[in-house]
Amino acid sequence: MDFGLSQDQQMLRDAVARCLADTCPLDHVRECAERDNPLSDKVLRAVQDLGIPGMLVPEEHGGLGMTLLDAAIVAEQLAYAVAPVPFLASHVLAPIALSEAGSEEQKAQWLPKIASGEARIAVAISETIEARDGAVVSSADGRLNGTALFCLDFEGADAYIVADAGGRLHLAAADAFRLETIPLTTIDRTRSVGELRFGGTEAELLADDNGTTTARLRDAGRVILAADSLGAGQAMIEKAVDYSGQREQFGRLIGSFQAVKHMCAEMAARHEPCRSLVWYAAHAFGAMPEDVSLVACHAKSHTGEVHRFVARTSTEVHGGMGFTDLIGLHYWFKRIGFDRQVLGGPETVRAEAAALQGWIKAA
Amino acid sequence: MDLDYGPEYDTFRQQVRDFIEAHSHLAPPCATRAARPSPEAVKWQKLLIENGYTARTIPAEYGGYGAEPDILKSRIISEEFSRAGVPGGLTNQGISMLVPTLLELGTEEQKQRWIEPTLKGEIVWCQGYSEPGAGSDLASLKTRARVEDGNFVINGQKIWTSTAKQADMIFCLVRTEPDAPKHRGISYLIFSMDTPGIEVRPLKTMTGHAEFNETFFTNVRVPVDQIVGARGQGWLVANATLGHERGMLGDPGALENRLQALIALMQEERIGQARAIDNPVLRDRLLALQAEVSAMKCNGMRILSNSLKGESGGMAKLIVKLQSCEIAHQISALAIDAMGEIGTLYHGSPREREGGAWQWNYMFQLGLIIGGGTAQIQKNIIAERGLEMPREPKLAKISDAAKATADMPRHKQGSA
Repeated sequence: MDFGLSQDQQMLRDAVARCLADTCPLDHVRECAERDNPLSDKVLRAVQDLGIPGMLVPEEHGGLGMTLLDAAIVAEQLAYAVAPVPFLASHVLAPIALSEAGSEEQKAQWLPKIASGEARIAVAISETIEARDGAVVSSADGRLNGTALFCLDFEGADAYIVADAGGRLHLAAADAFRLETIPLTTIDRTRSVGELRFGGTEAELLADDNGTTTARLRDAGRVILAADSLGAGQAMIEKAVDYSGQREQFGRLIGSFQAVKHMCAEMAARHEPCRSLVWYAAHAFGAMPEDVSLVACHAKSHTGEVHRFVARTSTEVHGGMGFTDLIGLHYWFKRIGFDRQVLGGPETVRAEAAALQGWIKAA
Repeated sequence: MDLDYGPEYDTFRQQVRDFIEAHSHLAPPCATRAARPSPEAVKWQKLLIENGYTARTIPAEYGGYGAEPDILKSRIISEEFSRAGVPGGLTNQGISMLVPTLLELGTEEQKQRWIEPTLKGEIVWCQGYSEPGAGSDLASLKTRARVEDGNFVINGQKIWTSTAKQADMIFCLVRTEPDAPKHRGISYLIFSMDTPGIEVRPLKTMTGHAEFNETFFTNVRVPVDQIVGARGQGWLVANATLGHERGMLGDPGALENRLQALIALMQEERIGQARAIDNPVLRDRLLALQAEVSAMKCNGMRILSNSLKGESGGMAKLIVKLQSCEIAHQISALAIDAMGEIGTLYHGSPREREGGAWQWNYMFQLGLIIGGGTAQIQKNIIAERGLEMPREPKLAKISDAAKATADMPRHKQGSA
């Protein structure tokens, strides 16, 4: 029995952390965030050098064949560094969708290129969770119609994986005819999302399995967003503790005041069990696929709640400085805000968890 | 990540299940608040010790089963008894706090004399730590013991002495070196509750029951050899046992049981024709708590795994008491809310549910949040030990400030 990271996983964590510490200092994040396309080629190259795009690509297709727990470890570090690089859709969801549901031809066409970093695929499945602004995608005769919002890792994608109203997955090329793509700008400038408008756009069918693969993508996406939230929360707690150990008021370090100490202790006390929950959920994705949906819901909703608390509390510990742009604390605040809402906010996800346990009928 | 215990442990788990299956008809009803074990409970305890399902790692020469410590086997035992809803042996302060302390710090004679009858339920202990003026600041305790003719002569008062009425013996912190710095002037004594000069008064709490007592000592004479550890070392001895108490208050299995009871209640209780769990607001709160409990269960596995590797639990462990007590309290709160007006019924009222247990729990758990190191003390520990935040400024500075403000009007202070 070993509940925790293996030695290899600890090495992976440390390697990613070192790489990001070198290539992705806050000044670089700030520089990127002020551009129209905030993604960082420099950080992306560094991440590619570590093999991260191929983590979830099976070995026979040129990848590393690693697990979702490995990906969660990377997600945590990316968030810790607020790295402006694609990951969730392009390096996690797309390889999972292709390797679990794709035809041999689709796998051969895309997986090696994903692993090498030559191709990136964005993913749009939000409407299978809850449709907003009437967005819906329909499919007939190899063509898509309608709108998909919140296509993840949108910027620079070569193709899009899109779920239709029946939970089927389709693969559309980015340069397809009769496809309009509109970037959306969120609070979080370190990740890119966009809107896809289909008007009879040609697309290949990727999965026609009653939504099974789409559900796998929801589970994996939620676990990775939870891991991201964990990394951002960890950074915010560390920053609050560091700041309160330097800032003096009334002739004392503010960290010696119980009011401040207790804020930090409450953050740590609520944050620490999240780490165990995220590890467990990520492990369950591969090892206990029949249990993962519920625990992925728990991980997503719980980290969403805990880190909203952490984000505001850490900001408060920093006092006025936390509210400014000067120290950039808000990049983590916004990353946590994004993680909470995307692929189902806490209330939505909890309702799904209730349905999974038979407490209510599925919507 | 490997959640399997391995084939050796699967076999062991099966043995435990078989034992429970074959013997559960002999088990006493599950944990009651009675302080003195019933004759069935004593028999059950004996059977469990003989089979290595309680007092498992305590050496046989002191009345235990004498197995090598094996964290996974201990975990399997507690999981299986809890799963079957069968009590896994006696739990009281003597067994959970005094016995480990004696094993660690007692003399050979003390171990021989006290451990076995305590394990068997023949001797019931109570704990004399807190005082009216020494709660969170336990080391400021004032109950004094002076030495006279080979005896300690004890005068003072203890509070929160649960089971003092029924107890045969007490393990008690007293000040034996009044001139030493406060942490170094305390000794850990053990003596009979029949000793002349001890008066126990029940302390009725907000629950309406007297789960605790106040205990008064007037010239109580205790032979000087009834000390654990050396004179003046009582603080260290007590800290060994406080660690055991904090572990006791934070069992993720117990949280899971409370949660399951809440789920059952919410599926049972009706609001009109609908079940309480059909109410989306109540259900949302239930799911939020389920996620919290799930996180604490994973946290428990992580702590278990760390201890298997001989590593300290670190932050994962430091937060357990604070979080577990808080979550348990929220579970009770939701149960009461889910019952609506019915949730107020108590004192054996008609239509009361489960003997008023949810209200009792809701109130008593507030006591657990406060006792065994208040939530605020826990937060200090998490901040100072876990996050290495700066400590409070030294006492001297504060007392200067206190002198300066001594004449200011103050609110009456309660003890925490």
